[in-house]
Amino acid sequence: MRSSLKYPLQIIAALIVLGLLLVMSIRYGSNQTPASTVFDAVFNYDQTNIDQRIIVSIRIPRVLGAMLIGSALAVSGALMQSVTKNPMADSGLLGINAGAAFMLTLCFTFFPKMSTLDTTAFSVFGAAISAGLVFMISSLKKSQMSPTILVLAGMAISAFFTAISEGIALVANLKQDLAFWHFGGISAVSWNQLARLGPWIIIALIVVYLMSSNLNLLSLSDDSIKSLGKNIISIRLLALVCVVILSGISVSLVGAVAFVGLIIPHIAKFLVGTNNKKVIPMTILLGADLTVLADLIARTIDPPKETPFGIIISLVGVPFFIYLARRDGNQI
Amino acid sequence: MNIIETKKVCVNYEKKLTIHDLSIQIPKGEITTLIGPNGCGKSTLIRTIARLLKPSNGSVFLDSENIEQKKTSEMAKEMAVLPQSNDVANDMTVQELVTFGRIPYRHRFSSLSKLDHEKIDWAMEKASVQDLAERHLSTLSGGQRQRAWIAMAIAQDTDTIILDEPTTYLDLTHQLDVMLLIKELNEKEHRTIVMALHDLNHAARFSDQLIAIKNGCLQKNGSVEQVITRDNLRNIFNIDANIVEDHGKPMILSYDRWRSGESA
Repeated sequence: MRSSLKYPLQIIAALIVLGLLLVMSIRYGSNQTPASTVFDAVFNYDQTNIDQRIIVSIRIPRVLGAMLIGSALAVSGALMQSVTKNPMADSGLLGINAGAAFMLTLCFTFFPKMSTLDTTAFSVFGAAISAGLVFMISSLKKSQMSPTILVLAGMAISAFFTAISEGIALVANLKQDLAFWHFGGISAVSWNQLARLGPWIIIALIVVYLMSSNLNLLSLSDDSIKSLGKNIISIRLLALVCVVILSGISVSLVGAVAFVGLIIPHIAKFLVGTNNKKVIPMTILLGADLTVLADLIARTIDPPKETPFGIIISLVGVPFFIYLARRDGNQI
Repeated sequence: MNIIETKKVCVNYEKKLTIHDLSIQIPKGEITTLIGPNGCGKSTLIRTIARLLKPSNGSVFLDSENIEQKKTSEMAKEMAVLPQSNDVANDMTVQELVTFGRIPYRHRFSSLSKLDHEKIDWAMEKASVQDLAERHLSTLSGGQRQRAWIAMAIAQDTDTIILDEPTTYLDLTHQLDVMLLIKELNEKEHRTIVMALHDLNHAARFSDQLIAIKNGCLQKNGSVEQVITRDNLRNIFNIDANIVEDHGKPMILSYDRWRSGESA
Protein backbone atom coordinates (compact mmCIF):
# COMPACT_ATOMS: atom_id res chain seq x y z
CA MET A 1 0.00 0.00 0.00
CA ARG A 2 2.81 2.34 0.96
CA SER A 3 4.51 1.95 -2.40
CA SER A 4 1.26 2.54 -4.33
CA LEU A 5 1.23 6.11 -3.05
CA LYS A 6 4.95 6.73 -3.42
CA TYR A 7 5.05 6.72 -7.22
CA PRO A 8 2.32 9.34 -7.85
CA LEU A 9 3.94 11.60 -5.25
CA GLN A 10 7.32 11.28 -6.94
CA ILE A 11 5.78 12.14 -10.31
CA ILE A 12 4.03 15.17 -8.82
CA ALA A 13 7.29 16.30 -7.20
CA ALA A 14 9.18 15.99 -10.49
CA LEU A 15 6.40 17.97 -12.23
CA ILE A 16 6.54 20.75 -9.63
CA VAL A 17 10.32 20.97 -10.00
CA LEU A 18 9.91 21.15 -13.77
CA GLY A 19 7.31 23.91 -13.45
CA LEU A 20 9.54 25.97 -11.18
CA LEU A 21 12.54 25.48 -13.44
CA LEU A 22 10.55 26.50 -16.50
CA VAL A 23 9.37 29.72 -14.86
CA MET A 24 12.85 30.51 -13.59
CA SER A 25 14.40 29.76 -16.97
CA ILE A 26 12.02 32.10 -18.70
CA ARG A 27 12.61 34.85 -16.13
CA TYR A 28 16.37 34.68 -15.83
CA GLY A 29 18.84 35.03 -18.64
CA SER A 30 21.63 37.40 -19.38
CA ASN A 31 19.18 39.98 -18.04
CA GLN A 32 16.44 39.36 -15.52
CA THR A 33 12.80 40.09 -16.25
CA PRO A 34 10.18 40.65 -13.58
CA ALA A 35 7.56 37.95 -13.16
CA SER A 36 4.84 40.32 -14.30
CA THR A 37 6.52 40.73 -17.70
CA VAL A 38 6.68 36.96 -18.09
CA PHE A 39 3.00 36.75 -17.16
CA ASP A 40 2.11 39.45 -19.65
CA ALA A 41 4.22 37.85 -22.36
CA VAL A 42 2.29 34.61 -22.05
CA PHE A 43 -1.23 35.87 -21.39
CA ASN A 44 -1.25 39.43 -22.61
CA TYR A 45 1.38 39.70 -25.32
CA ASP A 46 2.42 43.17 -26.38
CA GLN A 47 4.58 43.11 -29.52
CA THR A 48 6.05 46.55 -28.95
CA ASN A 49 7.53 45.64 -25.56
CA ILE A 50 11.11 44.52 -26.17
CA ASP A 51 11.35 42.43 -22.98
CA GLN A 52 8.19 40.56 -23.85
CA ARG A 53 9.49 39.97 -27.36
CA ILE A 54 12.70 38.47 -26.06
CA ILE A 55 10.71 36.15 -23.84
CA VAL A 56 8.27 35.00 -26.50
CA SER A 57 10.56 34.71 -29.49
CA ILE A 58 13.79 33.56 -27.83
CA ARG A 59 13.45 32.30 -24.27
CA ILE A 60 10.23 30.30 -24.43
CA PRO A 61 11.16 28.22 -27.50
CA ARG A 62 14.63 27.71 -26.08
CA VAL A 63 13.32 26.49 -22.73
CA LEU A 64 10.69 24.26 -24.31
CA GLY A 65 13.36 22.91 -26.63
CA ALA A 66 15.65 22.15 -23.69
CA MET A 67 12.78 20.35 -21.98
CA LEU A 68 11.89 18.17 -24.97
CA ILE A 69 15.51 17.41 -25.78
CA GLY A 70 16.26 16.45 -22.19
CA SER A 71 13.34 14.04 -22.16
CA ALA A 72 14.27 12.64 -25.56
CA LEU A 73 17.92 12.03 -24.68
CA ALA A 74 17.07 10.52 -21.31
CA VAL A 75 14.47 8.15 -22.76
CA SER A 76 16.72 7.07 -25.59
CA GLY A 77 19.35 6.23 -22.99
CA ALA A 78 16.80 4.12 -21.11
CA LEU A 79 15.88 2.35 -24.35
CA MET A 80 19.50 1.63 -25.24
CA GLN A 81 20.15 0.23 -21.78
CA SER A 82 17.17 -2.11 -22.11
CA VAL A 83 17.97 -3.22 -25.64
CA THR A 84 21.66 -3.88 -25.03
CA LYS A 85 21.18 -5.12 -21.44
CA ASN A 86 24.09 -2.83 -20.60
CA PRO A 87 23.65 -0.21 -17.85
CA MET A 88 26.38 1.95 -19.40
CA ALA A 89 24.79 2.18 -22.86
CA ASP A 90 23.47 5.34 -24.43
CA SER A 91 22.35 6.42 -27.87
CA GLY A 92 25.89 7.27 -28.98
CA LEU A 93 26.42 3.53 -29.23
CA LEU A 94 24.17 3.36 -32.28
CA GLY A 95 26.48 5.65 -34.20
CA ILE A 96 23.91 8.44 -33.97
CA ASN A 97 26.27 11.16 -32.71
CA ALA A 98 28.92 10.30 -35.26
CA GLY A 99 26.42 10.18 -38.15
CA ALA A 100 24.92 13.54 -37.20
CA ALA A 101 28.36 15.11 -36.82
CA PHE A 102 29.36 13.74 -40.21
CA MET A 103 26.42 15.35 -42.00
CA LEU A 104 26.95 18.58 -40.10
CA THR A 105 30.58 18.64 -41.23
CA LEU A 106 29.51 18.10 -44.83
CA CYS A 107 26.99 20.93 -44.58
CA PHE A 108 29.48 23.33 -43.00
CA THR A 109 32.09 22.50 -45.62
CA PHE A 110 30.11 22.47 -48.83
CA PHE A 111 27.05 24.62 -48.03
CA PRO A 112 28.26 27.16 -45.49
CA LYS A 113 25.25 29.39 -46.12
CA MET A 114 22.67 26.73 -45.43
CA SER A 115 19.99 27.69 -42.85
CA THR A 116 20.04 26.18 -39.37
CA LEU A 117 16.78 24.40 -40.04
CA ASP A 118 18.21 22.68 -43.11
CA THR A 119 21.46 21.67 -41.44
CA THR A 120 19.41 20.20 -38.62
CA ALA A 121 17.34 18.21 -41.10
CA PHE A 122 20.51 16.93 -42.76
CA SER A 123 22.09 15.87 -39.52
CA VAL A 124 18.92 14.00 -38.48
CA PHE A 125 19.30 12.25 -41.82
CA GLY A 126 22.96 11.50 -41.01
CA ALA A 127 21.99 10.03 -37.66
CA ALA A 128 19.40 7.84 -39.36
CA ILE A 129 21.88 6.63 -41.98
CA SER A 130 24.51 5.58 -39.49
CA ALA A 131 21.94 3.94 -37.20
CA GLY A 132 20.53 2.18 -40.28
CA LEU A 133 23.98 0.85 -41.14
CA VAL A 134 24.38 -0.40 -37.57
CA PHE A 135 20.98 -2.17 -37.78
CA MET A 136 21.92 -3.76 -41.10
CA ILE A 137 25.23 -5.07 -39.88
CA SER A 138 23.75 -6.43 -36.68
CA SER A 139 20.85 -8.18 -38.37
CA LEU A 140 23.10 -9.91 -40.89
CA LYS A 141 23.22 -13.69 -40.58
CA LYS A 142 21.28 -15.17 -37.72
CA SER A 143 22.48 -12.89 -34.98
CA GLN A 144 18.94 -11.40 -34.72
CA MET A 145 20.25 -8.05 -33.56
CA SER A 146 22.11 -9.53 -30.65
CA PRO A 147 23.19 -6.83 -28.17
CA THR A 148 26.90 -7.65 -28.49
CA ILE A 149 26.91 -7.38 -32.29
CA LEU A 150 24.85 -4.21 -32.06
CA VAL A 151 27.38 -2.54 -29.76
CA LEU A 152 30.34 -3.68 -31.86
CA ALA A 153 28.72 -2.52 -35.10
CA GLY A 154 27.87 0.81 -33.46
CA MET A 155 31.45 1.34 -32.38
CA ALA A 156 32.79 0.47 -35.83
CA ILE A 157 30.36 2.76 -37.66
CA SER A 158 30.99 5.58 -35.16
CA ALA A 159 34.72 5.31 -35.62
CA PHE A 160 34.27 5.32 -39.40
CA PHE A 161 32.11 8.46 -39.53
CA THR A 162 34.16 10.24 -36.90
CA ALA A 163 37.33 9.59 -38.87
CA ILE A 164 35.86 10.98 -42.07
CA SER A 165 34.35 14.06 -40.44
CA GLU A 166 37.52 14.84 -38.49
CA GLY A 167 39.49 14.49 -41.71
CA ILE A 168 37.19 16.87 -43.58
CA ALA A 169 37.11 19.30 -40.65
CA LEU A 170 40.88 19.35 -40.55
CA VAL A 171 41.23 20.04 -44.26
CA ALA A 172 38.43 22.62 -44.35
CA ASN A 173 39.53 24.25 -41.09
CA LEU A 174 36.19 23.74 -39.37
CA LYS A 175 37.33 22.88 -35.88
CA GLN A 176 36.02 26.18 -34.49
CA ASP A 177 32.54 25.84 -35.99
CA LEU A 178 32.11 22.28 -34.79
CA ALA A 179 33.50 22.79 -31.30
CA PHE A 180 30.29 24.24 -29.95
CA TRP A 181 28.34 21.32 -31.34
CA HIS A 182 30.69 18.79 -29.78
CA PHE A 183 30.33 20.34 -26.35
CA GLY A 184 26.58 20.59 -26.70
CA GLY A 185 24.94 23.95 -26.24
CA ILE A 186 21.31 24.69 -26.76
CA SER A 187 21.56 28.37 -27.76
CA ALA A 188 19.13 28.76 -30.60
CA VAL A 189 16.17 26.46 -30.70
CA SER A 190 13.66 28.53 -32.63
CA TRP A 191 9.89 28.26 -32.87
CA ASN A 192 10.45 27.08 -36.41
CA GLN A 193 12.64 24.15 -35.35
CA LEU A 194 10.36 23.37 -32.45
CA ALA A 195 7.28 23.24 -34.65
CA ARG A 196 8.95 21.00 -37.17
CA LEU A 197 10.82 18.59 -34.90
CA GLY A 198 8.94 18.77 -31.60
CA PRO A 199 5.94 16.69 -32.69
CA TRP A 200 8.25 13.82 -33.68
CA ILE A 201 9.79 13.78 -30.24
CA ILE A 202 6.39 13.88 -28.56
CA ILE A 203 5.02 11.05 -30.71
CA ALA A 204 8.11 8.92 -30.10
CA LEU A 205 7.86 9.51 -26.34
CA ILE A 206 4.22 8.34 -26.40
CA VAL A 207 5.14 5.23 -28.40
CA VAL A 208 7.88 4.40 -25.90
CA TYR A 209 5.46 4.75 -23.00
CA LEU A 210 2.96 2.46 -24.73
CA MET A 211 5.62 -0.20 -25.29
CA SER A 212 7.01 -0.01 -21.77
CA SER A 213 5.75 -3.44 -20.69
CA ASN A 214 7.54 -4.94 -23.69
CA LEU A 215 10.69 -3.11 -22.60
CA ASN A 216 10.51 -4.93 -19.27
CA LEU A 217 10.62 -8.18 -21.21
CA LEU A 218 13.93 -7.27 -22.83
CA SER A 219 15.73 -8.07 -19.59
CA LEU A 220 14.96 -11.76 -20.18
CA SER A 221 17.00 -13.98 -22.48
CA ASP A 222 15.99 -14.22 -26.14
CA ASP A 223 14.82 -17.80 -25.65
CA SER A 224 12.57 -16.82 -22.75
CA ILE A 225 11.03 -13.94 -24.66
CA LYS A 226 10.26 -16.17 -27.64
CA SER A 227 8.77 -18.88 -25.51
CA LEU A 228 6.46 -16.32 -23.93
CA GLY A 229 5.11 -15.81 -27.43
CA LYS A 230 6.66 -12.42 -28.18
CA ASN A 231 8.56 -11.38 -31.27
CA ILE A 232 11.86 -10.15 -29.95
CA ILE A 233 13.11 -8.67 -33.22
CA SER A 234 10.10 -6.42 -33.62
CA ILE A 235 10.37 -5.22 -30.01
CA ARG A 236 14.07 -4.40 -30.46
CA LEU A 237 13.52 -2.76 -33.83
CA LEU A 238 10.69 -0.53 -32.60
CA ALA A 239 12.77 0.49 -29.58
CA LEU A 240 15.76 1.34 -31.76
CA VAL A 241 13.69 3.30 -34.26
CA CYS A 242 12.44 5.41 -31.34
CA VAL A 243 16.04 5.89 -30.24
CA VAL A 244 16.97 7.16 -33.69
CA ILE A 245 14.06 9.61 -33.79
CA LEU A 246 14.55 10.87 -30.24
CA SER A 247 18.28 11.20 -30.06
CA GLY A 248 18.84 11.87 -33.76
CA ILE A 249 16.71 15.00 -33.51
CA SER A 250 18.15 16.05 -30.15
CA VAL A 251 21.75 15.60 -31.16
CA SER A 252 21.14 17.48 -34.40
CA LEU A 253 19.61 20.40 -32.54
CA VAL A 254 22.00 20.79 -29.64
CA GLY A 255 25.03 18.64 -30.27
CA ALA A 256 26.52 15.58 -28.67
CA VAL A 257 25.28 16.04 -25.12
CA ALA A 258 26.70 13.19 -23.16
CA PHE A 259 25.46 11.73 -19.90
CA VAL A 260 21.79 12.76 -19.92
CA GLY A 261 20.90 9.38 -21.40
CA LEU A 262 23.26 7.67 -19.03
CA ILE A 263 22.45 9.27 -15.69
CA ILE A 264 18.74 9.99 -15.82
CA PRO A 265 17.43 6.43 -16.35
CA HIS A 266 19.55 5.27 -13.41
CA ILE A 267 18.24 7.99 -11.11
CA ALA A 268 14.71 7.14 -12.27
CA LYS A 269 15.27 3.45 -11.51
CA PHE A 270 16.74 4.31 -8.15
CA LEU A 271 13.53 6.20 -7.33
CA VAL A 272 10.78 4.03 -8.81
CA GLY A 273 12.24 0.53 -9.24
CA THR A 274 12.82 -1.35 -12.48
CA ASN A 275 9.31 -1.49 -13.95
CA ASN A 276 9.48 0.53 -17.17
CA LYS A 277 5.81 1.56 -16.82
CA LYS A 278 7.10 3.80 -14.01
CA VAL A 279 10.69 4.26 -15.19
CA ILE A 280 9.78 5.81 -18.55
CA PRO A 281 7.51 8.62 -17.25
CA MET A 282 10.01 9.37 -14.49
CA THR A 283 12.86 9.42 -17.02
CA ILE A 284 10.90 11.84 -19.23
CA LEU A 285 10.38 14.25 -16.33
CA LEU A 286 13.85 14.01 -14.80
CA GLY A 287 15.49 14.37 -18.23
CA ALA A 288 13.55 17.58 -18.74
CA ASP A 289 14.43 18.77 -15.21
CA LEU A 290 18.15 18.24 -15.61
CA THR A 291 18.44 19.78 -19.07
CA VAL A 292 16.36 22.85 -18.26
CA LEU A 293 18.42 23.34 -15.11
CA ALA A 294 21.71 22.89 -16.94
CA ASP A 295 20.62 25.34 -19.62
CA LEU A 296 19.61 27.86 -16.96
CA ILE A 297 23.01 27.57 -15.28
CA ALA A 298 24.77 27.78 -18.64
CA ARG A 299 23.07 31.10 -19.37
CA THR A 300 23.46 32.69 -15.96
CA ILE A 301 26.84 31.50 -14.71
CA ASP A 302 28.90 33.93 -16.78
CA PRO A 303 26.60 36.46 -18.49
CA PRO A 304 26.37 37.67 -21.13
CA LYS A 305 28.51 34.79 -22.41
CA GLU A 306 27.04 31.33 -22.69
CA THR A 307 28.70 28.19 -21.42
CA PRO A 308 27.73 25.14 -23.52
CA PHE A 309 25.31 23.36 -21.22
CA GLY A 310 26.72 19.98 -22.26
CA ILE A 311 29.78 20.91 -20.20
CA ILE A 312 27.62 21.51 -17.13
CA ILE A 313 25.88 18.18 -17.57
CA SER A 314 29.22 16.42 -17.97
CA LEU A 315 30.53 18.07 -14.80
CA VAL A 316 27.64 16.47 -12.93
CA GLY A 317 27.72 13.34 -15.04
CA VAL A 318 31.30 12.21 -14.65
CA PRO A 319 31.32 11.89 -10.83
CA PHE A 320 27.96 10.15 -11.02
CA PHE A 321 29.25 7.77 -13.69
CA ILE A 322 32.19 6.82 -11.49
CA TYR A 323 29.89 6.34 -8.51
CA LEU A 324 27.68 4.08 -10.63
CA ALA A 325 30.57 2.01 -11.93
CA ARG A 326 31.83 1.55 -8.38
CA ARG A 327 28.42 0.58 -7.05
CA ASP A 328 27.92 -2.02 -9.79
CA GLY A 329 31.40 -3.31 -9.15
CA ASN A 330 30.63 -3.80 -5.48
CA GLN A 331 27.62 -5.96 -6.24
CA ILE A 332 29.74 -8.66 -7.82
CA MET B 1 -1.09 -40.60 -26.13
CA ASN B 2 1.91 -38.60 -27.27
CA ILE B 3 1.83 -34.87 -26.75
CA ILE B 4 5.12 -34.20 -28.54
CA GLU B 5 6.57 -36.14 -31.42
CA THR B 6 9.57 -35.52 -33.61
CA LYS B 7 9.81 -37.20 -37.00
CA LYS B 8 13.25 -37.63 -38.57
CA VAL B 9 14.42 -34.29 -37.23
CA CYS B 10 17.83 -32.96 -38.30
CA VAL B 11 19.15 -29.70 -36.86
CA ASN B 12 22.08 -27.69 -38.09
CA TYR B 13 23.34 -25.43 -35.40
CA GLU B 14 26.20 -23.13 -36.17
CA LYS B 15 26.89 -25.06 -39.35
CA LYS B 16 27.41 -28.37 -37.60
CA LEU B 17 24.86 -31.13 -37.86
CA THR B 18 24.05 -31.49 -34.19
CA ILE B 19 20.95 -33.65 -34.43
CA HIS B 20 20.60 -36.41 -36.92
CA ASP B 21 17.38 -38.14 -37.98
CA LEU B 22 15.90 -38.08 -34.53
CA SER B 23 12.41 -39.51 -34.02
CA ILE B 24 11.10 -39.52 -30.48
CA GLN B 25 7.74 -39.61 -28.77
CA ILE B 26 6.90 -37.86 -25.53
CA PRO B 27 3.82 -39.23 -23.77
CA LYS B 28 1.27 -36.84 -22.29
CA GLY B 29 1.19 -36.46 -18.53
CA GLU B 30 4.56 -38.11 -17.91
CA ILE B 31 8.06 -36.99 -17.06
CA THR B 32 10.47 -37.56 -19.92
CA THR B 33 14.14 -36.88 -19.36
CA LEU B 34 16.86 -36.50 -21.96
CA ILE B 35 20.25 -37.80 -20.91
CA GLY B 36 23.59 -37.94 -22.67
CA PRO B 37 27.12 -36.57 -22.51
CA ASN B 38 27.96 -32.87 -22.86
CA GLY B 39 27.49 -31.66 -26.41
CA CYS B 40 25.37 -34.66 -27.44
CA GLY B 41 22.50 -32.46 -28.58
CA LYS B 42 20.17 -32.49 -25.55
CA SER B 43 19.84 -28.71 -25.41
CA THR B 44 19.56 -28.51 -29.18
CA LEU B 45 16.72 -31.02 -29.12
CA ILE B 46 14.99 -29.15 -26.31
CA ARG B 47 15.27 -25.87 -28.17
CA THR B 48 13.99 -27.51 -31.35
CA ILE B 49 10.95 -28.92 -29.58
CA ALA B 50 10.32 -25.48 -28.09
CA ARG B 51 10.58 -23.99 -31.60
CA LEU B 52 13.55 -21.86 -30.64
CA LEU B 53 15.56 -23.61 -33.37
CA LYS B 54 14.24 -24.60 -36.76
CA PRO B 55 14.96 -28.14 -37.94
CA SER B 56 16.72 -28.33 -41.31
CA ASN B 57 14.81 -31.51 -42.00
CA GLY B 58 11.88 -33.34 -40.47
CA SER B 59 9.15 -31.93 -38.26
CA VAL B 60 8.09 -31.53 -34.66
CA PHE B 61 4.47 -32.15 -33.70
CA LEU B 62 2.69 -30.77 -30.67
CA ASP B 63 -0.70 -32.42 -30.11
CA SER B 64 -0.41 -33.90 -33.64
CA GLU B 65 -0.02 -30.44 -35.14
CA ASN B 66 3.18 -29.34 -36.86
CA ILE B 67 4.66 -26.61 -34.68
CA GLU B 68 5.79 -24.65 -37.71
CA GLN B 69 2.15 -24.01 -38.49
CA LYS B 70 1.44 -22.75 -35.00
CA LYS B 71 1.50 -19.11 -34.03
CA THR B 72 4.14 -18.11 -31.49
CA SER B 73 1.41 -16.75 -29.24
CA GLU B 74 -0.49 -20.06 -29.38
CA MET B 75 2.62 -22.06 -28.61
CA ALA B 76 3.17 -19.95 -25.52
CA LYS B 77 -0.18 -21.06 -24.12
CA GLU B 78 0.63 -24.73 -24.60
CA MET B 79 4.29 -24.94 -23.70
CA ALA B 80 6.40 -23.16 -21.10
CA VAL B 81 10.17 -23.22 -21.54
CA LEU B 82 12.84 -22.68 -18.92
CA PRO B 83 16.15 -22.16 -20.72
CA GLN B 84 19.44 -23.34 -19.32
CA SER B 85 21.08 -20.14 -18.21
CA ASN B 86 18.88 -17.72 -16.34
CA ASP B 87 21.45 -15.31 -15.06
CA VAL B 88 19.52 -12.31 -16.36
CA ALA B 89 16.92 -9.89 -15.06
CA ASN B 90 18.57 -9.84 -11.66
CA ASP B 91 17.31 -6.43 -10.62
CA MET B 92 13.73 -7.56 -10.98
CA THR B 93 11.57 -8.76 -8.09
CA VAL B 94 10.24 -12.32 -7.92
CA GLN B 95 6.70 -11.07 -8.40
CA GLU B 96 7.67 -9.08 -11.49
CA LEU B 97 9.35 -12.16 -12.95
CA VAL B 98 6.40 -14.45 -12.26
CA THR B 99 4.07 -11.84 -13.81
CA PHE B 100 5.88 -12.37 -17.12
CA GLY B 101 4.36 -15.83 -17.18
CA ARG B 102 0.97 -14.23 -17.91
CA ILE B 103 2.13 -12.44 -21.05
CA PRO B 104 0.68 -15.02 -23.47
CA TYR B 105 -2.79 -14.28 -22.06
CA ARG B 106 -2.62 -10.52 -22.04
CA HIS B 107 -4.01 -8.24 -24.68
CA ARG B 108 -2.16 -5.25 -25.92
CA PHE B 109 -2.10 -2.36 -23.41
CA SER B 110 -4.49 -4.09 -20.99
CA SER B 111 -3.52 -4.51 -17.37
CA LEU B 112 -3.58 -7.69 -15.31
CA SER B 113 -6.95 -9.40 -14.95
CA LYS B 114 -8.27 -11.00 -11.79
CA LEU B 115 -7.45 -14.41 -13.25
CA ASP B 116 -3.88 -13.25 -13.93
CA HIS B 117 -3.46 -12.22 -10.29
CA GLU B 118 -4.87 -15.54 -9.09
CA LYS B 119 -2.56 -17.53 -11.34
CA ILE B 120 0.47 -15.50 -10.25
CA ASP B 121 -0.30 -16.06 -6.57
CA TRP B 122 -1.00 -19.72 -7.20
CA ALA B 123 2.27 -20.16 -9.11
CA MET B 124 4.30 -18.48 -6.38
CA GLU B 125 2.65 -20.64 -3.75
CA LYS B 126 3.31 -23.83 -5.74
CA ALA B 127 6.98 -22.98 -6.09
CA SER B 128 7.14 -21.78 -2.43
CA VAL B 129 8.37 -18.32 -3.35
CA GLN B 130 5.37 -16.33 -2.04
CA ASP B 131 7.44 -15.08 0.91
CA LEU B 132 10.11 -13.86 -1.51
CA ALA B 133 7.66 -11.98 -3.77
CA GLU B 134 9.11 -8.52 -3.14
CA ARG B 135 12.75 -9.63 -3.09
CA HIS B 136 15.08 -8.87 -5.97
CA LEU B 137 16.41 -11.89 -7.84
CA SER B 138 19.99 -10.80 -7.19
CA THR B 139 19.45 -11.20 -3.43
CA LEU B 140 18.25 -14.82 -3.67
CA SER B 141 20.22 -18.03 -3.39
CA GLY B 142 20.64 -20.13 -6.53
CA GLY B 143 17.91 -22.52 -5.44
CA GLN B 144 15.43 -19.78 -4.59
CA ARG B 145 16.14 -18.09 -7.89
CA GLN B 146 15.54 -21.30 -9.82
CA ARG B 147 12.24 -21.79 -7.97
CA ALA B 148 11.24 -18.23 -8.95
CA TRP B 149 11.92 -19.06 -12.61
CA ILE B 150 9.92 -22.26 -12.30
CA ALA B 151 7.10 -20.19 -10.76
CA MET B 152 7.12 -18.07 -13.90
CA ALA B 153 6.75 -21.21 -16.02
CA ILE B 154 3.91 -22.40 -13.76
CA ALA B 155 2.14 -19.04 -14.10
CA GLN B 156 2.17 -19.57 -17.86
CA ASP B 157 -0.33 -22.34 -17.10
CA THR B 158 0.60 -24.67 -19.93
CA ASP B 159 0.06 -28.42 -20.28
CA THR B 160 3.72 -28.94 -21.06
CA ILE B 161 6.75 -27.57 -19.24
CA ILE B 162 10.20 -27.88 -20.75
CA LEU B 163 13.29 -27.45 -18.59
CA ASP B 164 16.89 -27.45 -19.73
CA GLU B 165 19.12 -28.69 -16.91
CA PRO B 166 17.06 -27.13 -14.11
CA THR B 167 19.44 -28.24 -11.34
CA THR B 168 22.76 -27.02 -12.76
CA TYR B 169 24.84 -24.98 -10.29
CA LEU B 170 22.61 -25.93 -7.34
CA ASP B 171 23.78 -27.70 -4.21
CA LEU B 172 22.42 -31.07 -3.13
CA THR B 173 19.45 -29.81 -1.12
CA HIS B 174 18.35 -27.27 -3.69
CA GLN B 175 18.66 -29.83 -6.48
CA LEU B 176 16.33 -32.10 -4.54
CA ASP B 177 13.88 -29.24 -3.87
CA VAL B 178 13.68 -28.45 -7.56
CA MET B 179 13.25 -32.12 -8.55
CA LEU B 180 10.50 -32.62 -5.95
CA LEU B 181 8.74 -29.51 -7.20
CA ILE B 182 8.86 -30.80 -10.76
CA LYS B 183 7.53 -34.19 -9.66
CA GLU B 184 4.70 -32.51 -7.79
CA LEU B 185 3.74 -30.46 -10.84
CA ASN B 186 3.55 -33.68 -12.78
CA GLU B 187 1.59 -35.68 -10.22
CA LYS B 188 -0.77 -33.07 -8.78
CA GLU B 189 -1.19 -30.70 -11.72
CA HIS B 190 -0.82 -33.36 -14.43
CA ARG B 191 1.74 -31.37 -16.37
CA THR B 192 3.81 -33.11 -19.00
CA ILE B 193 7.46 -32.53 -18.16
CA VAL B 194 10.32 -32.68 -20.63
CA MET B 195 13.77 -31.95 -19.28
CA ALA B 196 17.45 -32.47 -19.80
CA LEU B 197 19.42 -33.67 -16.79
CA HIS B 198 23.03 -34.52 -16.07
CA ASP B 199 22.46 -36.35 -12.81
CA LEU B 200 21.55 -39.89 -13.86
CA ASN B 201 20.31 -40.85 -10.40
CA HIS B 202 17.87 -37.94 -10.41
CA ALA B 203 16.85 -38.89 -13.94
CA ALA B 204 16.24 -42.48 -12.82
CA ARG B 205 14.38 -41.54 -9.65
CA PHE B 206 12.03 -38.89 -11.03
CA SER B 207 11.36 -39.86 -14.67
CA ASP B 208 8.81 -42.11 -16.31
CA GLN B 209 10.69 -42.27 -19.58
CA LEU B 210 14.32 -41.70 -20.52
CA ILE B 211 15.73 -40.76 -23.88
CA ALA B 212 19.47 -41.26 -24.26
CA ILE B 213 21.24 -39.27 -26.94
CA LYS B 214 24.80 -39.52 -28.16
CA ASN B 215 26.38 -37.51 -30.98
CA GLY B 216 22.99 -36.18 -31.99
CA CYS B 217 21.50 -39.64 -32.53
CA LEU B 218 18.98 -41.55 -30.49
CA GLN B 219 20.93 -44.14 -28.54
CA LYS B 220 18.22 -45.71 -26.42
CA ASN B 221 14.78 -44.82 -25.15
CA GLY B 222 12.23 -46.45 -22.89
CA SER B 223 11.46 -46.91 -19.23
CA VAL B 224 14.09 -46.13 -16.63
CA GLU B 225 14.82 -49.84 -16.16
CA GLN B 226 15.27 -50.32 -19.90
CA VAL B 227 17.70 -47.44 -20.28
CA ILE B 228 19.79 -47.46 -17.10
CA THR B 229 21.70 -50.70 -17.67
CA ARG B 230 25.39 -51.40 -17.53
CA ASP B 231 25.62 -52.00 -21.27
CA ASN B 232 23.72 -48.87 -22.19
CA LEU B 233 25.76 -46.66 -19.88
CA ARG B 234 28.91 -48.04 -21.41
CA ASN B 235 27.63 -47.17 -24.88
CA ILE B 236 26.33 -43.74 -23.99
CA PHE B 237 28.86 -42.40 -21.49
CA ASN B 238 31.77 -44.80 -21.88
CA ILE B 239 31.60 -45.66 -18.16
CA ASP B 240 31.64 -48.86 -16.20
CA ALA B 241 28.75 -48.39 -13.77
CA ASN B 242 27.92 -50.33 -10.68
CA ILE B 243 24.12 -50.30 -10.67
CA VAL B 244 22.05 -51.23 -7.62
CA GLU B 245 18.36 -50.97 -6.87
CA ASP B 246 16.95 -48.29 -4.60
CA HIS B 247 13.21 -47.78 -3.96
CA GLY B 248 12.54 -50.02 -6.94
CA LYS B 249 14.54 -47.82 -9.30
CA PRO B 250 18.02 -48.45 -10.65
CA MET B 251 20.70 -46.33 -9.00
CA ILE B 252 24.33 -45.86 -9.95
CA LEU B 253 26.37 -46.58 -6.83
CA SER B 254 29.77 -45.92 -8.36
CA TYR B 255 31.35 -45.80 -11.78
CA ASP B 256 34.70 -45.84 -13.40
CA ARG B 257 36.15 -45.18 -16.81
CA TRP B 258 35.50 -48.05 -19.18
CA ARG B 259 38.73 -49.81 -20.16
CA SER B 260 38.44 -51.59 -23.43
CA GLY B 261 40.02 -55.01 -23.48
CA GLU B 262 39.45 -55.65 -19.81
CA SER B 263 36.43 -57.63 -18.82
CA ALA B 264 34.97 -56.85 -15.46
